[in-house]
Amino acid sequence: MASISLRNVVKRYRTGKTELQVIHGVSAEVADGEFIVIVGPSGCGKSTLLRMVAGLEEISNGQICIGGKVVNDLEPSERDIAMVFQNYALYPHMSVFENMAYGLKIAKVPADEIKTRVDKAARILEIGAFLQRRPRELSGGQRQRVAMGRAIVRQPKVFLFDEPLSNLDAKLRAKTRLEIQKLHRELGITSLFVTHDQVEAMTLAQRMIVMNAGVMEQFGTPEEVYTRPATTFVASFIGSPPMNLLKNAPDAQPGTITGIRPEHLDITATGWALQVEAVEMLGAERLVYGRWAHGSADELVIIRTEESHAIPTLGSTIYATPRPGKRHSFDAVSGQRRETLP
Amino acid sequence: MVERSPFLRVLAHLVLILGVLVVAFPLYVTFVASTQTAAEILQTPMSLLPGSHLIENYTAALQGTGDGAASNAPVGRMMMVSLITALVIAVGKIVISLLSAFAIVYFRFPFRMFFFWAIFVTLMLPVEVRIGPTYAVVASLGMLNTYAGLTVPLIASATATFLFRQFFLTVPDELVEAARIDSAGPMRFFKDILVPLSTTSIAALFVIQFIYGWNQYLWPLLVTTNESMYPVVIGIKRMISGGDAATDWNIVMATAVLAMIPPALVVMLMQRWFVKGLVDTEK
Repeated sequence: MASISLRNVVKRYRTGKTELQVIHGVSAEVADGEFIVIVGPSGCGKSTLLRMVAGLEEISNGQICIGGKVVNDLEPSERDIAMVFQNYALYPHMSVFENMAYGLKIAKVPADEIKTRVDKAARILEIGAFLQRRPRELSGGQRQRVAMGRAIVRQPKVFLFDEPLSNLDAKLRAKTRLEIQKLHRELGITSLFVTHDQVEAMTLAQRMIVMNAGVMEQFGTPEEVYTRPATTFVASFIGSPPMNLLKNAPDAQPGTITGIRPEHLDITATGWALQVEAVEMLGAERLVYGRWAHGSADELVIIRTEESHAIPTLGSTIYATPRPGKRHSFDAVSGQRRETLP
Repeated sequence: MVERSPFLRVLAHLVLILGVLVVAFPLYVTFVASTQTAAEILQTPMSLLPGSHLIENYTAALQGTGDGAASNAPVGRMMMVSLITALVIAVGKIVISLLSAFAIVYFRFPFRMFFFWAIFVTLMLPVEVRIGPTYAVVASLGMLNTYAGLTVPLIASATATFLFRQFFLTVPDELVEAARIDSAGPMRFFKDILVPLSTTSIAALFVIQFIYGWNQYLWPLLVTTNESMYPVVIGIKRMISGGDAATDWNIVMATAVLAMIPPALVVMLMQRWFVKGLVDTEK
């Protein structure tokens, strides 16, 4: 059990004389036992950040503490962490049991203790039936469990997950998501979970770090991130379809961008006049794409309506009204959140 | 074949049979000759049916009790020399190549690329090219007529290092990282993960290098002057006397057959390993 502190963590890669900075000073305090998801588009530095916590990448600047101890100069094995890799990284020539026991064997844990621990982990993850099989004889989902089992038996202070669900099919991913949550409830080990999938992030996280281009854009609960996005990036990255970000909304202050989520717009008798461009049927709901004529600066507005509402005809004009207190105002230059509009 | 014409099938078989004959017939003649007496071989035409002196000839060859005009060294001893030489060369090459490839792929040290290219350059210098200086070095080190002299100069080679380097580059980085998190040190990683994963390549190399070592001719010809250190390939040459003196062709042929057995055995036995490795390996 341990807390994690990131203090102004910076990562630079040096190739010859040119320096490339990929992480620009990330600071975050993770409490003991928390489940934190780091989410962002590919190339935003989220995996690099995780690998720095793991000790697989050097920290160019700043400090990382695990359990109050600075770990900058410690080897991965000395940091008391366990990691689950995207492609699982199971040792192909070892059986499932040997895979899980390998780290313990090196740590010179007595054989009977290894057996107890592996058996216990296997019971939790329901992989007891194939302890003697090789990784290649397992399905993707089973391999994923073995990778988690290997992490559990080490009884680490911190779990690190590097996109562990991205190689699973959609159904299995949803199931495994629930299992990871359950596991975290049972073991209560501080966890960092990297993903590019916002659904995974929203469902798993107690708090989430949203990253973009090596900068931490927001650190908060999924609720906060969704209802009060700190920047226009967060507003457009979290939520599907993304928040409408309008430069020319009526009654907006100059130099601001107005954000409104598609579900907070209602089709009404009067309001913002939009020309219907496309309608998408998603099952329980429907997305209406309306073009808002501003002369040269047309804007596309997405409205999410219930399936029971009448289908707007293409090309017709509809009127939309934002719900009160659901409009967000962002600075047009910095993209930073200013306030919630009434 | 997509076309099913009887003519083409006959032709294909004809070509194949011809090929087998070209390869197998000399082997058969060698075997037949090794079962006859020296006088029978010299008759024209030589009988193509096995004679009745098989055991006699092979015992004579193995124990060196023939009465040929040239060398009569016991083949048993030579086989032993060949076996030790081939094994040392094969195992030595594999061990050194594994370690050097490991260093080049997994460690960052000064002049890494220099060493890499240095190894690469040796590819262009087979034993035959550097035979003069190598002989001088081996001779002045007093390694003539020793196993060291027979094997050490042949062990240094880059081919195997390259093979392992290429293989190591295909091993996913995550495995290295997983091993680091499992607190396996570099040598532990090498021993527990890299070497087991390389079994197929090791088996393949062993076969190739064993045969390479067994069939060495030029180098042993230079560094062995003592009958007790002749590998069997040299032994065959020394048994054939020049000029008018009679050569015991039956004994020579028996020796040739004996010399063929170990490489053939290695290929046949290791083939199962090959296949097993090919089926098993998954990175």
